[in-house]
Amino acid sequence: MGKPIRVLVAKVGLDGHDRGAKVVAQALKDAGMEVIYTGLRQTPEQVVETALQEDVQVIGISTLSGAHLYLIPPVARLLKEKNASDILLLSGGIIPEEDHAALKEAGVAAIFGPGTSTEDIIAFINNNVS
Amino acid sequence: MSNFDNSLKEKHRQWQISVESKLDKHPEAKSSYATDAGIPIARLYTPLDLTGDYEEQLGFPGEYPFTRGIQPTMYRGRLWTMRQYAGFGSAQETNERFKYLLSLGQTGLSVAFDLPTQIGYDSDHPFAMGEVGKVGVAIDSLEDMETLLDGIPLDKVSTSMTINAPAGILLAMYIAVAEKNGIEPSKLRGTIQNDILKEYIARGTYIFPPEPSMRLITDIFAYCSEHVPNWNTISISGYHIREAGSTAVQEVAFTLANAIAYVQAAIDAGLEVDQVAPRLSFFFNAHLNFFEEIAKFRSARRVWAKIMKERFQAKNPKSMMLRFHTQTAGCTLTAQQPDVNILRVAFQALSAVLGGTQSLHTNSKDEALALPSEEAVTIALRTQQVIGYEIGVTDTVDPLGGSYFIEKLTDDIEAKVWEYLNKIEEKGGAVKAISEGYQQKEIHSSAYQYQKAVESGEKVVIGVNKFQVEEAPPSGLLRVNPKVMDEQKAKLAALRRSRDNTKVESSLAQLRSAAKTGENLMPYILTAVKSYATIGEITGVLKDVFGEYQQRVSL
Repeated sequence: MGKPIRVLVAKVGLDGHDRGAKVVAQALKDAGMEVIYTGLRQTPEQVVETALQEDVQVIGISTLSGAHLYLIPPVARLLKEKNASDILLLSGGIIPEEDHAALKEAGVAAIFGPGTSTEDIIAFINNNVS
Repeated sequence: MSNFDNSLKEKHRQWQISVESKLDKHPEAKSSYATDAGIPIARLYTPLDLTGDYEEQLGFPGEYPFTRGIQPTMYRGRLWTMRQYAGFGSAQETNERFKYLLSLGQTGLSVAFDLPTQIGYDSDHPFAMGEVGKVGVAIDSLEDMETLLDGIPLDKVSTSMTINAPAGILLAMYIAVAEKNGIEPSKLRGTIQNDILKEYIARGTYIFPPEPSMRLITDIFAYCSEHVPNWNTISISGYHIREAGSTAVQEVAFTLANAIAYVQAAIDAGLEVDQVAPRLSFFFNAHLNFFEEIAKFRSARRVWAKIMKERFQAKNPKSMMLRFHTQTAGCTLTAQQPDVNILRVAFQALSAVLGGTQSLHTNSKDEALALPSEEAVTIALRTQQVIGYEIGVTDTVDPLGGSYFIEKLTDDIEAKVWEYLNKIEEKGGAVKAISEGYQQKEIHSSAYQYQKAVESGEKVVIGVNKFQVEEAPPSGLLRVNPKVMDEQKAKLAALRRSRDNTKVESSLAQLRSAAKTGENLMPYILTAVKSYATIGEITGVLKDVFGEYQQRVSL
């Protein structure tokens, strides 16, 4: 068995909805991954800094306030600047379908909306982290 | 036990045996039944389940312990207030939505503020990037509030404002607008949420640490009891605790534990219990488990009445009445087959009415996807109107009172709520327990169990884990105009140029020195607001003095 996958679950912006983020974090833990949860109100800079410090392979960003187009692309951009684009970037929460293309263009690998099974997220991570 | 009871008990036993002997042939769908909070549900309830004394446990509506309702005539006298939470984009746009809702027959306003406003950042602060006008209306100064309330008769409409950490600032703005329109503060009716403890537990829009936050709250209690006597000074909220994943029992228990902390803080600040308690209001969630929800509202009323009478020795019956607003459960709305949400909302709303709510917000079908469109919000309001005017459930008080099942559930929930209240008491009260992360962990554990039950199929969610269909992505969703942020920034820049900045600075300096003493801060906040100091400036001064809350991250 290899080393467990390390994941950062992050809340960006001012949004306080953390139920989904915490449930996903717990499910990933129960699936054997090592999970760090940032808590609320992180800036993109803080997220990337924590990701690098913690040496994670995956970042999952949760946002439900509608600020995703302002807060998620900067994370992808900063990862590129730090030569860390190999970190798998995921997002979840409330993100309208019409914004998916822009986020994927920016470097988000998958977007998990309301009603997603945590098993699908676990499978996606296992299949996409080398 | 009487002969009647003994004979009934025997007949009940025989009936059970006879039913169970046939279960092999005609099995039940599940091996055991329970409410969402895990309270076991029996196959049948009978008079044997009614153990308490009628007068002690139920009594009459409008009388202690208020189990059957807080008004003697309930909806025969007046329907609940139909109050849809609304706010997005600019003050101008939200003002138009308010007028639209009032034209549909809505009877009270409820303001949603954007996150920067709720957390005390002006729209031009870097942390406000992307959040301006998104989940509510952007308010930076009195100028925006004047636009928001333009043409609204503040002496006739009651207004609820979902604002917590900066509640005093928004209330001051409301008072200032009213005064400008020649309306005395004593005529104003409405509610500020002002419930910081549940922000630490579940909602996240905290600014200051607990101690100064509690002081701001008791300052508001004291100020309003003198100057704005018809204002509900707090709306102690279980809604968000439930949305974060708690059970119905935890929702009531954690909310009442917070309420105890507020009353105690007021008493410690030198206020009389009967001066403060009649203006406390509550806010609960109406979730899916229909009977459990109805019983929850009834037991919450009974527990609160006992707390106020026995623990706090309140004398005024109004101090013992748990008055509450209800919102249907946002977390039960699905992005899949969103029209089905109309039905979920209708049943949830019905449970709130059968539970005796004083006001109600019904969610719109599209809220798992976006802010509600006009069409969706109209159906949501019409749902309340159907319940209120068409189906006859308002014709008698507490129509389900005396149902063997409802009364047993009311008793069971009450017992479990007391268990939690005692546990929190042992930890030193709500504030201490929150600082240990106790409520947060309990809620997270319930949320996780719920998710697992959905994923295993044990908990059915139509469209998500059963009866799924292929569907096209939704259309017609409301999008907030992205120009709002730039417009708001431009307005702020113009305001900072045009206002009397000497006045602003002196009002902020006075606020700063008052914050360092024990003086009531409300008059200082009011002066600052009237000088057109911004939310960010006022909050900034208080942050300098009080510091900022650091979240305890617990998983």
